[in-house]
Amino acid sequence: MEKKIICTVCPTGCEMTVTGEDGKVTSVVGNTCKRGEVYAASEFSDPVRTLTSTVRVENGAEPLVPVRTEAPVPKRLIPEIMKLVNGITLQAPVAQKTVVLENVLDTGVNVVTTGECD
Amino acid sequence: MLIVERDNHPGGILQQCIHPGFGLKLFKKELTGPEYYTEFVKEAKELGVEFLFDTMVLELADNTLICANGQYGITEVEAGAVVLAMGCRERTRANISIPGTRPAGVYTAGAAQRLMNRQNRMVGKKAVILGSGDIGMIMARRLSLEGAEVVCVVEIMNYLAGLKRNKVQCLDDFGIPLMLSHTVTEIVGKDRVEGVKVAQVDANRRPIPETEQFIECDTLLLSVGLIPENELSRGAKLQMHPVTGGPVVDENMQTTAAGVFAAGNVVHVNDLVDNVSAESATAGRSAARYAKGELKASDTLDVTVGNNVRYVCPAKFSPERGGKVDFYFRVLAPVAGKVEIIARDGDTVLARRVAPYVNPGEMEHLSPDVTGARSLTIEVKEV
Repeated sequence: MEKKIICTVCPTGCEMTVTGEDGKVTSVVGNTCKRGEVYAASEFSDPVRTLTSTVRVENGAEPLVPVRTEAPVPKRLIPEIMKLVNGITLQAPVAQKTVVLENVLDTGVNVVTTGECD
Repeated sequence: MLIVERDNHPGGILQQCIHPGFGLKLFKKELTGPEYYTEFVKEAKELGVEFLFDTMVLELADNTLICANGQYGITEVEAGAVVLAMGCRERTRANISIPGTRPAGVYTAGAAQRLMNRQNRMVGKKAVILGSGDIGMIMARRLSLEGAEVVCVVEIMNYLAGLKRNKVQCLDDFGIPLMLSHTVTEIVGKDRVEGVKVAQVDANRRPIPETEQFIECDTLLLSVGLIPENELSRGAKLQMHPVTGGPVVDENMQTTAAGVFAAGNVVHVNDLVDNVSAESATAGRSAARYAKGELKASDTLDVTVGNNVRYVCPAKFSPERGGKVDFYFRVLAPVAGKVEIIARDGDTVLARRVAPYVNPGEMEHLSPDVTGARSLTIEVKEV
């Protein structure tokens, strides 16, 4: 199987052609760095994305605080994670890097705040 | 050091840019907007930088700022040097003259971003986005994640305006179609947007009437370009750049007024915040040297814009001060294949670099040594 993949590791956006079977990559053409090759393999088998969103804050100076997954998570889980994120309400004050969802959906990745709210 | 800020919090537009993608060049990791600015705010506070929030600067004259502040009233700030960092403003519906009614539901992408990411307000349920700039695509993803339907992204040019990775992560991931060479020809709706008319455009970017179609939606987001915000610069009679809309600066980011420096989107619209930080560091360093009387005044030469180059920033440089200078520029037209980027003084090549492709949406740069140069031309040639 052959797949055209645009690398999103950096803004260059190399256009790569990935060949492989059953999620296993046999060749990557078109990347200009090693990171592209790693990305191509991941994108070919089980694509991952960093999810960012916001979480409600009560009694704070602002109504929301931004959050992210600390590392990329499987793309297929993102709708499910969004439901969990939207179910959270924090109480101010909230510090940066507060864990709001630990090991979300057993991905081994935490959802943490990226900003703060007094 | 005093930072005068009209918001009540430092960070500027990065406060609402909750998505990742910042800091890859500078910090070698992918930070979100809030994470990126936090690093700088921390550093500034440790260095004893003071902030004056909720304050609007009304006028700049002879290195004195006239400010309006709720607590102190009209306040004068005298400075040894001033750095302008007002950023830019979004182009609106009025700037691009979209015909039709004037219902609720038409937003600039950045206004929608602020409402959703800082004020907890949803802007609509079914949206069309005009313009494939980065903010537009990022808002397409944000709306989709929060449960809205994004019908399509409409782009008048025949190429993507923003970064390719944003198309992959923000449009392709959510199955949002990108309609190149199309534009919105009419907004329809009485109280709220009921839909928009979209048509294909010809080579001169004029809509082709027979291709017009009605698309039902309740929201139209505009991501149709940014304009440097320069009321203060014009008021201070700084020389303005006809292409960028920002003040003309030299290699120290000094404007045509001695002691007034400028950096970031107020000078020219950037696509990467890392470049803004690099340019701002130059402006800050130069402003400090000026205030201490260490920055030598010198005659400058204008950079000549060569083949397939839209503008170059800085637009002036001093051959006498010389040294390696980072010149940032944008191309006029995309080239899919290999190109050579050249900086030359007459026939003498000062720097050259081969790039795999060029795109107007992605800023390029070259760093020639301009010591003693008699002229400088920057050009892009297909190879």
